[in-house]
Amino acid sequence: MKVSYKWLQEFVNIDISPRELADRLTLAGITVEGVKETGEGVSKVITGQIDSISRHPNADKLVVTSVNIGTEKLQIVTAATNVREGDIIPVAVEGAKLASGLAIKRAKLRGVESRGMMCSGQELGIDPKTMSAEQASGIMILPPGARIGEDAKEILGLDDYILELDLTPNRGDCLSIIGVAREVAALLGKPFRLPQPSFGELDEKTEGQVKVDILDRDLCRRFVGRLIKNVRIGSSPLWMQQRLRAAGMRPINNIVDVTNYVMLELGQPMHAFDYNLLQDGHIIVRRVREGEKIITLDGAARDLTPGMLAITDPSGPIAIAGVMGGQSTEVTDKTESILLESAFFNPVSVRRTSKALGLRSEASLRFEKGIDIGGCARAADRAAQLIVEMGSGEASAGRVDRTSETITERVVQFRPSRASYVLGVDIPGETARDILTSLQFKVQDANGDLLVTIPTHRVDVSLEVDLIEEVARMYGYDKAPETLPFGKSTGGMKTIEQAYTTRVRSQLAASGLFEVMTYSFVHPRVFDLMNLPAGSPYRNTLNIQNPLSEEHSVMRTMLLPCLMEVLVRNYNRRVQNGAVFEMGRVFVTRGLDTQPEEKTILAAAAMGCAPGSWNLAPAAFDYYYLKGVLENLFSALRTAPVTFRPESADPSFHPGRTAVLEADGVRLGILGELHPDVLEKYELPVKVTAFELDFNQLLALSGQPADFIPLPKYPGIERDLAVLVKKDIPAEGIFAAIREAGGKLLSDVSLFDIYSGEQVPDGMQSMAFSLKFQAVDRTLTDAEAVEMTNAIAGALAGKFGAELRS
Amino acid sequence: MKDKLHELGEQARGKMAEAGSLEELNEIRVRFLGKKGELTRILRGMGSLSAEERPRVGQVANEVRAALEEELAVRSASLKELVREQKLRSEGIDVTLPGSPGQRGGIHPLNAVLEEIQDIFLGLGYSIAEGPEIETDYYNFEALNLPKDHPARDMQDTFFISGEILLRTQTSPVQVRTMEKTAPELPVKIIAPGKVYRRDDDATHSPMFNQVEGLAVDRRITFSDLKGTLAHFAREMFGGKTITRFRPSYFPFTEPSAEVDVSCVMCGGKGCRVCSHTGWLEILGSGMVHPRVLEVSGYNSEDVTGFAFGMGIERIAMLKYGIDDMRLLFENDLRFLRQF
Ligand SMILES: [Zn+2]
Repeated sequence: MKVSYKWLQEFVNIDISPRELADRLTLAGITVEGVKETGEGVSKVITGQIDSISRHPNADKLVVTSVNIGTEKLQIVTAATNVREGDIIPVAVEGAKLASGLAIKRAKLRGVESRGMMCSGQELGIDPKTMSAEQASGIMILPPGARIGEDAKEILGLDDYILELDLTPNRGDCLSIIGVAREVAALLGKPFRLPQPSFGELDEKTEGQVKVDILDRDLCRRFVGRLIKNVRIGSSPLWMQQRLRAAGMRPINNIVDVTNYVMLELGQPMHAFDYNLLQDGHIIVRRVREGEKIITLDGAARDLTPGMLAITDPSGPIAIAGVMGGQSTEVTDKTESILLESAFFNPVSVRRTSKALGLRSEASLRFEKGIDIGGCARAADRAAQLIVEMGSGEASAGRVDRTSETITERVVQFRPSRASYVLGVDIPGETARDILTSLQFKVQDANGDLLVTIPTHRVDVSLEVDLIEEVARMYGYDKAPETLPFGKSTGGMKTIEQAYTTRVRSQLAASGLFEVMTYSFVHPRVFDLMNLPAGSPYRNTLNIQNPLSEEHSVMRTMLLPCLMEVLVRNYNRRVQNGAVFEMGRVFVTRGLDTQPEEKTILAAAAMGCAPGSWNLAPAAFDYYYLKGVLENLFSALRTAPVTFRPESADPSFHPGRTAVLEADGVRLGILGELHPDVLEKYELPVKVTAFELDFNQLLALSGQPADFIPLPKYPGIERDLAVLVKKDIPAEGIFAAIREAGGKLLSDVSLFDIYSGEQVPDGMQSMAFSLKFQAVDRTLTDAEAVEMTNAIAGALAGKFGAELRS
Repeated sequence: MKDKLHELGEQARGKMAEAGSLEELNEIRVRFLGKKGELTRILRGMGSLSAEERPRVGQVANEVRAALEEELAVRSASLKELVREQKLRSEGIDVTLPGSPGQRGGIHPLNAVLEEIQDIFLGLGYSIAEGPEIETDYYNFEALNLPKDHPARDMQDTFFISGEILLRTQTSPVQVRTMEKTAPELPVKIIAPGKVYRRDDDATHSPMFNQVEGLAVDRRITFSDLKGTLAHFAREMFGGKTITRFRPSYFPFTEPSAEVDVSCVMCGGKGCRVCSHTGWLEILGSGMVHPRVLEVSGYNSEDVTGFAFGMGIERIAMLKYGIDDMRLLFENDLRFLRQF
C-alpha cells in the first residue's frame, strides 16, 4: 500500500515530517519500507500555454513555439509531436532541474534559441506504468483551464511524499488512507476526521429504479447500490489522477477513477455498472450455476464454477463478486447512467474464487482480508459526492441497502490485570483506556476492567489478547523490561542422538572431510545416473505436486546423488580434490496421504587426493582413506565391531571395490568406489569413493562401555613376520588366523607392509606383520616369542599355504 | 728439579691453550700427566734427592699436577661447549618452510552457527526438539491458528505432496507437537532447529532453508521474559554491545507479536549498506503464544502463557560471516566451505 502524506492530512493534522511519521508508524507495527518524494529533484517547472507553433527554419523534425508562462513568453524549440496551439503544458525554464537530474540551460537548437523545455510525465518523475501509452510517449498535456504560470508540481500534486507500507495480512483496514489516518491520529494524539459526504441529490429515488436481491446471504452480507444519472464520461481532475498514480494505479476515466479513489481512501472496493445495460435494473447476488460463463473487463472469457459468487441480472452473470466486473455492463464513453456497487462479500469465497481463476485484483485483495461492513453506505455516498462535485453526473436520491443481518459491533472485555500477566509490565487502566479510545474503540468502565466495543473496520480484533496487543504496541514495546522467565528450572540437554550428531560431525571434519548441505529434493533423473534398475526401491519417491522445476521435484531417497552433484560442480570449477560428507534426511514413502518415514543418513564422497607437500606425497582419497575414516569414527563412537563384507551386486558401486558394513547381523550401510558407469553418466573423469550409513543404526551400535584394562607391568616383545600368500586371500582371514594361533599372549598385530613384484611369484604377495607378545604376570623370554611366532607361521602355512619369508 | 717441574707446567699449559679439539687435549693429558707421561718421568728421578728435599719436591710436583688438572678441566669444558655449538649450528632448519599438511575438513557454516545457537539456549535450560520435515496441513497451519483459506497463508508459499501433506514451511509445528506431548506438565522450554521449505528461489531466498524455533510455556511467562531472553541471545550471538529492538508485527500463532531487530553488526548502528542505512537488522519473529494454539495443544490459556520465536539460520550466518548471496550456502563449493 502506497500512502500519500497529503491525502492523510485530510483526515488528521500531522505536525511531524514524513520520515519521522514513517519511523513512528514502523515502531507501532505499520511497517513503512520507504518514503518517496514525488517529483523528487524537480524544480522550476512552470505551467505554460502554447501561443503559437511554427516551422523550424533549419530542421524538419523540430518546431519553434511561443509559450506563455504568465510573466513572459518564452521561445522554445521542441521535437514533440503531440502538442497543439492552446495546450497547457509543464515548462522547465532556465535553471530548472528534472527528475533525471538534467539541468535546463538556455540553448541554441540548429541555430534557433530555445529558453526552456516542455516536459513529459516521466521527466517530472511520474511512473510511466501509471500513464496511458499516449501520455507516456509525449509531452504531458494539462486539462484546459489549468492555471498558467504556476508551479507545475503543485498543479500536478507532485509536491507530496509517498509512504510505502509493508502491511501484515491482519491489517486489511490499513489498505486505505483512513485506516492509516486512524493509526496516525492515535500515535500523535490528534483528532481523526471521518469523512461525512454530503451533496445535492435528484428528486427521483434510487430505490424503485434499482432492485437488489441477495439469494446467497452467507456469501454477501451487504449490498449497497447508488444510481447516478446524466453521466458525462471524461477524464478526472489532475489531483485525483495524481493520487491514483501515486498509489500505483493508472487513471482511466472520471467514473472508474472515482471508484478506485474511494477504494484507496476508504478501503471499500467499488464497482460501476452501466445501468442502461442492466436488464430490468435488477441485481441478483447468487452462487454461479452449472455452465455459466462471463467475459471479464480484461476481455477474457471465463468459465465459472458452481459455488463462486456472481452479481447477476436476469440474463446471467454480469460480474464475479469481489473479483472483477463483466464486459456486458462495462462503463464506456456512451454510458449515461451508472449503478455504483458497494458491498461486503465473504472473504473466503472471494479468496477461493480469485485463486481458482488466477485473478488477484486490488478489490479481491481487500475483500479477502475482510473490509468494513459498517462502511459500505459511506463509501457509496462518498463516490456519489465526488461524481457530483466533479460535475460528472447527478445522484438519484438515497440508496438501496440490503443486509443479511443487523450490523452489530462485538464487545470484548479488557482486564488490566490480564494485560500485566501477559506483558510483565503494569499498564494503568487509565492509560489502556486512552490508547483504546484513540484507536476508535468505544470503552466503558466495568469494575476496574474495561468493556471495549470493537468498530466494524477492525476485523482483526476479536479476543482480549488482541486488545492487549493494541495497548502494548501503542504504549511502546520498548517500555517493557527485559527479564528472564522464573519458575521451575529445567536442565537443558541434548538427546543422545543430538549429542552424537555433533560428535560425528566433528570427528569427520577432523578426518579431512567438509560438511555440505544439499537440497532435500532432487531431479527424478538421478536414479538413472546412479545406475539403479527399474524396480529399485530407491525409485519409490514422494513427489512434489507444485515443484519450482523438475530439478527439485522429488524427495530424495538417498544422499549419494546430492553428494555426486557437489563433487561434479566442484570438479567443473576446477576444484578437483576433496572429500565431503552430509548428514540429512531421506524420505521413504508410505503412500500419498500419510507422512513418509524420515531416515537420517550419514554419507560421504571423495575424489582426488589429500593435499601433498614438499615433504609428503599426497594421499589418495580412495577406498582405504574412507575406510580409515570410518574405522576412526567407529572407534571414537565406541561401536560394536563392524565387519566389511565384500559386495559385488550393488549397481551403483564397483563390484570389486565395495563392502557392505554389518554389525550384529544388521546392515549398517555401504562403502565403495562408485561404478564406472555412474561416473560416466555424471561425466566425471575421476574416481569417486563413497559411503552411505543409516545414522540410527550407527547410533544403536555406539556407546559400548569402555572397560579399563590395567597397563602391563612387564615388558612385551615385538617380532616381525613376513609371509608369501596368494593375493586373493582376504586380509581379514589372515588376521583372524594370526590371532587364533597367537592366543592370549599375542596382544597386538598390525600389517606394516604389502609387497608384490620382483622376487615375489605372480599371483602372490608378501605381507609383513608386526606382532606384539605380552604376558600380564611375567617377562616373556625370547625363546617363547620365537616359539609363538613359529606357531603363527605354521598356522598360516596350514590354512593358506603361506610361505615364510626371511 | 723444582725448576724442571715448573718448566714442565709452563710447557703443558702452553700446549693446552693451543689444543683445538678434545682429541688434542686428550693427547696432551696423556703426554704430560699419563702413567708414562713426562711428569711421572721427572718424579722417577726423585730417588736421587735427599730425604729433606724429597717432600718439598713432592709437594711442588703435586701442586703442578693439580694446577694442570684444573687447567685441563676448564679447557675441556670450553672445548665441549664449542663442539656443541658447532653441532647445533649445523643442525639448523628453515623454520619458515610450510608444515606438513594435516587432514583439515570443516563443519558447514550453517551447522556451525546452529551449534552456537543451540549452546546459548542449552545454557538457558532449553532442550532441543525435532519434528518431521514433511508435515500435515494440520500441524503446519491449522493448529497454528491458520485455518484453510486464511490470507496469512500467502506469507508462506507451500510445496504440497498431496492436499493434506506438505513440506513444512516453518519449524513452528514442532511447538504444537511438543506441547501435545508434554501437556498438562509444565514448563516447556525447547528450541527446534530444522529444514523448512518455501517456493522461493533468488539471492535472498532459497527453496530450502534452516530455522530455529524457540518455545517457553509456563504459568506467568511474559512478553518481558521474551524480550529478556532474546536480548540475552543477541548479546551472546553478536557481541555484548548488541542492542535489540522489538517492533509490533503479526504472526497468526502469536499475539502480541514482534519482529526483533538488532543493532547492525557491521556498523554498530551508525548506518551502512548492510542495514540499508537504518542501523538495524531484522533477525527474527516472535510473540506470545496465541491462546488458540495453547488450547489446541492441551493447555488452559487463562492460566498458562508462553512465548515463541523463530529465526532463519541463513540470515544469522550471512550476517555473522558477511555472506551476500544465500545460494553460496547450498552450492557447497569447497573453496567456500574451507573459509569457515
Ligand atoms: Zn549497518
